[in-house]
Amino acid sequence: MNRFVPQMFTEWGTVDLNYSALLPEIILSLTGIMIMLVIPFVPTARHVSLGYPALAGIAVAFLSLVATRATWDQRGEAFFYGMVFQDPFALFLKVLFLFATAALVLIAMNYLDQEDRAQGEFYALLLFATVGMCLMAASADLIMTFLGLEILSISTYVLAGLKERERKSNESAIKYFLLGAFSTAFMLYGIAFVYGATGSTQYLIIAKVIPTSESEPFLLLLALGLMLVGFGFKIALAPFHIWAPDVYEGAPLPVTALLAVGSKAAALVALVRILFQALPALSPEWQVLLWMSAVLTMSIGNIAALTQTNIKRMLAYSSIAHAGYLLLGLTAHNELGTQGILYYLVAYALMTMGAFAVVQIVGGRDEQYIQIEDYRGLGYRHPFLSVTLSVFLISLAGIPATAGFMGKFFLFAAALESELYGLVFLAILASAIGIYYYLKVIVLMYMGDFQEETGTLITIPLSLRIVIAIMVLGTIYLGILPGTLLHLASEAVNF
Amino acid sequence: MIPVTHYLALAAILFVIGTCGVILQRNVLTMFMCIELMLNAVNLTFITFSRFLNQLDGQIFVLFVMTVAAAEAAVGLALIVILSRRADSLDVDQANTMKW
Repeated sequence: MNRFVPQMFTEWGTVDLNYSALLPEIILSLTGIMIMLVIPFVPTARHVSLGYPALAGIAVAFLSLVATRATWDQRGEAFFYGMVFQDPFALFLKVLFLFATAALVLIAMNYLDQEDRAQGEFYALLLFATVGMCLMAASADLIMTFLGLEILSISTYVLAGLKERERKSNESAIKYFLLGAFSTAFMLYGIAFVYGATGSTQYLIIAKVIPTSESEPFLLLLALGLMLVGFGFKIALAPFHIWAPDVYEGAPLPVTALLAVGSKAAALVALVRILFQALPALSPEWQVLLWMSAVLTMSIGNIAALTQTNIKRMLAYSSIAHAGYLLLGLTAHNELGTQGILYYLVAYALMTMGAFAVVQIVGGRDEQYIQIEDYRGLGYRHPFLSVTLSVFLISLAGIPATAGFMGKFFLFAAALESELYGLVFLAILASAIGIYYYLKVIVLMYMGDFQEETGTLITIPLSLRIVIAIMVLGTIYLGILPGTLLHLASEAVNF
Repeated sequence: MIPVTHYLALAAILFVIGTCGVILQRNVLTMFMCIELMLNAVNLTFITFSRFLNQLDGQIFVLFVMTVAAAEAAVGLALIVILSRRADSLDVDQANTMKW
């Protein structure tokens, strides 16, 4: 009777606790816990300044990545019992997530400064969410992906509802929570079937087992479908995007930026790893599904954005559309496509976070100036904000000499390389529609009649000024000289 | 000896009941319970495969899933409490301040 002799103990004889693979996560978690512990002893008036330890934690995490730079090239080898990779792909994304979080902390400091009741736990939750994102980028096992996703999701459920006195924020949180948990169940059911069909949840083993006759094709297809539903919800792909506009509109602005950039990027790269590393054998099937979803996502996102009057909601639909462009890189399933995804994620993070930073400043106390109409004449009132917002919107629209254009160019080129002519044609049509609503805001800022009464005094903290300036420069730099980043991305894509 | 398909079928039925519940019910608490039902259907599937494949991995995953579900429940119930205070109702159809 050795029916229940645990096989794994004999298989996993070697201990591979490679802590350098998880250093950033460990540092961020410790910083987050420390902030949580300190909060009761900090007077409420000074909660905003808890952002500084958060920034310090992010800086240390970044330095730890720099210090262990040489160890991040172990391709095709997983550590912690096959749970996490330590490859250039993970490094690239961890650096991106750390920079994005640093910018978010600065936006959040500005946001909390304007609130009546500052909440220090905002920073801790932000750091925990980043831990989840980093784990997802490095994950080598479906269970690790699930855990990373849940660390990210549970933190963002709380963050979305943090303005607990406001009805919109409550609604946003409850909608996000219910649909998030619902989609997680689908994803888990898919994982269970992958486990049933292949006997493992590790990407590398799954990829090895699938071509052999041991795996059940029906179970695998079912698993693929369920997992795509789960990820579709998280990335807000049509037809699973319905929650996104409501949640983005109701959540506090820094959280909206986190959801639009961090959550989406993390779920997308986890999907890249699963599809490319674990399920490449099923690519004909998932390519068809992603093709359809990409077309739907791009058209729905762009067309729905046309009619919006709230800029947060407009940016929400725009972020749905951008997820559609990113799907082109997945559908293409080639090296250029993966490079394009990484490049576009950086570009997208720069321009979207930049746009949200400006919207946060213009929105002011309690986000009162959040309608597109409020931007009328901003060009005369505040040249810095309107010029920078214009750059971000032009980049989001994908007009040449900006990062958004270059990113789209690589994604479309990758799709053409895989002979997806129809998809590229539709993507170009969709982005042409997109230009209209981005330019509408710019036109309003510069050409609308300037009404004195809407003009309020806007003060921009120096830190945000610097962040926005860096993002503008990055957006333009990546649009004109894409070489450096593309080189980094090409190094990162060899899993 | 009950064949493995019976367990899988039971899990699938539970999962479908949970899914239908989330889609059809209008009460936030009921919807949440239906989600928990779906997660437990997944757990049952994991355990079935674990037994079928003669591995312990699947059962360990169940522990992870249960832990995460508990964490999710803590956050979710807190959100539901806040909503019920604010909106005086747990009906999701009332949560409609944002549209289009």
